[in-house]
Amino acid sequence: MKTTLTLRTPGGLSLRTDVRALVVVVALLLAACAASVVLIGTGDFPISFGDVLKTLAGNGTAGQDFVVNELRLPRVLVGLLVGASLGLGGALFQSISRNPLGSPDVLGLSQGATSGALVVIVLLSGTAAQVTVGALAGGLVTGLAIHLLAWKQGVHGYRLVLVGIGVSAVVTAVNGYLLTKADLVDATRAVVWMTGSLDGRDWSQVWPLLALCAVLVPLVLVNARGLRMMEMGDDVSHALGVRVERVRTLLMVAAVLLTAAATAAAGPVSFVALTAPQLARRLTRAPGPNLVPSLCMGATLLVTADWAAQRAFGADQLPVGVVTGVLGGVYLLWLLVTERRAGRI
Amino acid sequence: MTPEDGRDKNPTPESDRERNTVNRLSAENLTLAYDQRVIAEQLSVEIPDSSFTVIVGPNACGKSTLLRALSRMLRPSQGRVLLDGQVIQSMPAKKVARTLGLLPQSSIAPDGITVGDLVARGRYPHQGLLRQWSAEDERVVQESMERTGVAELADRYVDELSGGQRQRVWIAMALAQQTPLLLLDEPTTYLDIQHQIDVLDLCAELHEEQGRTLVAVLHDLNHAARYATHLVALRGGRVIAEGAPNDIVTAELVREVFGLRCQIIDDPETGTPLVVPAARKARVTTTS
Repeated sequence: MKTTLTLRTPGGLSLRTDVRALVVVVALLLAACAASVVLIGTGDFPISFGDVLKTLAGNGTAGQDFVVNELRLPRVLVGLLVGASLGLGGALFQSISRNPLGSPDVLGLSQGATSGALVVIVLLSGTAAQVTVGALAGGLVTGLAIHLLAWKQGVHGYRLVLVGIGVSAVVTAVNGYLLTKADLVDATRAVVWMTGSLDGRDWSQVWPLLALCAVLVPLVLVNARGLRMMEMGDDVSHALGVRVERVRTLLMVAAVLLTAAATAAAGPVSFVALTAPQLARRLTRAPGPNLVPSLCMGATLLVTADWAAQRAFGADQLPVGVVTGVLGGVYLLWLLVTERRAGRI
Repeated sequence: MTPEDGRDKNPTPESDRERNTVNRLSAENLTLAYDQRVIAEQLSVEIPDSSFTVIVGPNACGKSTLLRALSRMLRPSQGRVLLDGQVIQSMPAKKVARTLGLLPQSSIAPDGITVGDLVARGRYPHQGLLRQWSAEDERVVQESMERTGVAELADRYVDELSGGQRQRVWIAMALAQQTPLLLLDEPTTYLDIQHQIDVLDLCAELHEEQGRTLVAVLHDLNHAARYATHLVALRGGRVIAEGAPNDIVTAELVREVFGLRCQIIDDPETGTPLVVPAARKARVTTTS
């Protein structure tokens, strides 16, 4: 039995939400905030939970203020934004392709962004900012290529996944080639970037990402109802008055932008886009694309993974991508096994 | 493509072709094609208001394609489909969806959706960003479920239902759309005979109440002849005959449209034409 919450005003406005989904979203937001505060307090200069809150409110000592607001807060914000973008982008892709495997990691978008970054690092020896632009461009070009190759009277689920896997293979080969061409310094830098890390992120990475999310998230949510209908097939949604091609193209572009921007900011943090929507869905138990829960789940996952990367292995700090990679890889295996058992692949 | 003889007693489509369309839904001189493959040319059809129109014809005659064009899924390469006097493609998508509903063949029930949720999705064209679930929506969804006999299944998951129940749920969803016109693309496919009749009886009831116009594509000519008030027979993308089943279903027509020799007798239940295919022995002597 499902419970829904409906708000109606005398003016004829009405809002409706699934109670369980609402609870999940609130819980995830709280978890993300708590994890962020813990993460800010974590490091060579540990700060207690209470002190972090006090400092965030502007009442800390000068030293704490520097560590919290200048060093660690931007890193955590980048983590939250990257996680949210990946979670939302992944949910969009999975819903459009009607396939849990249709996420940016599998489709080759992250690899495409990596290519862009590698070109800048290896061939142009560019600055960090240029690497970001290169990754963004790489992601967008790959997204466009997948869309063009998969587009035939509209993008269809399996076609998109298969084309994406093919593109992914090609792009991975290109990445390998670029790495072999690199000298040792560039190669080291490239490999660090490719693991996905939040180290050394500052306010200059926060603002562009925040601005992009501020535009794209509302745009996506306005079209979410159409996407929900599209789960029932193009014909049904068409019959219900959804402008299927327009909604799909718009949401694909948004998803590519979100994923490319997240990858440009933190490197290809693997598997968040794959796992966040699935985990969110299992928590809400609601049909539909579960966009907002996926977004919150992505943010929570990434910040938690970043904390684990810093603390879980003692003194050895890991890039966050290693943690998400290990967790996500295990999850992907499990997903493949259960999908196989359910006869879907 | 098909011989023109032996059709005089059928009301030919050309005879009443003055289309000062009074009916809500009509198609004028359609050329329908997928990519380069032309399915129909110069196809005109008028859907009489408040009729239960059934489109019949052999496989690949263009009947589903015609239905797709009538429901603006397929844009005709030439000609136009008119809904309430307007070209259907030029109308706002949601406005069309409040006038004309469609039950397509390919519909996917999302994983883990309940019957009530699925039927509620039929309210989409009546909703908006800030009008997500009005009291009216709730009432109509409940009514639609009761009308189709799935109200007691409201909390069940759609994946758990039988084929016949599932089809009723999809019909309930289309009903929740509250459209005066409802198009059904082979609503009885994959159902056993009992559920086929069940679904068709339901369609007939929906047609009789509120003067709703129904257009269905059906495979079974006998079902078509029994339930339709208006029959459109297609072959090779052309209308061979249209009219009331009692007027147009003849042995000649069946041979012309389906290439099948048969006898037509009166359906003992309804008095409508009943097609009895010729026995094998009679058939082998005439190859069409």
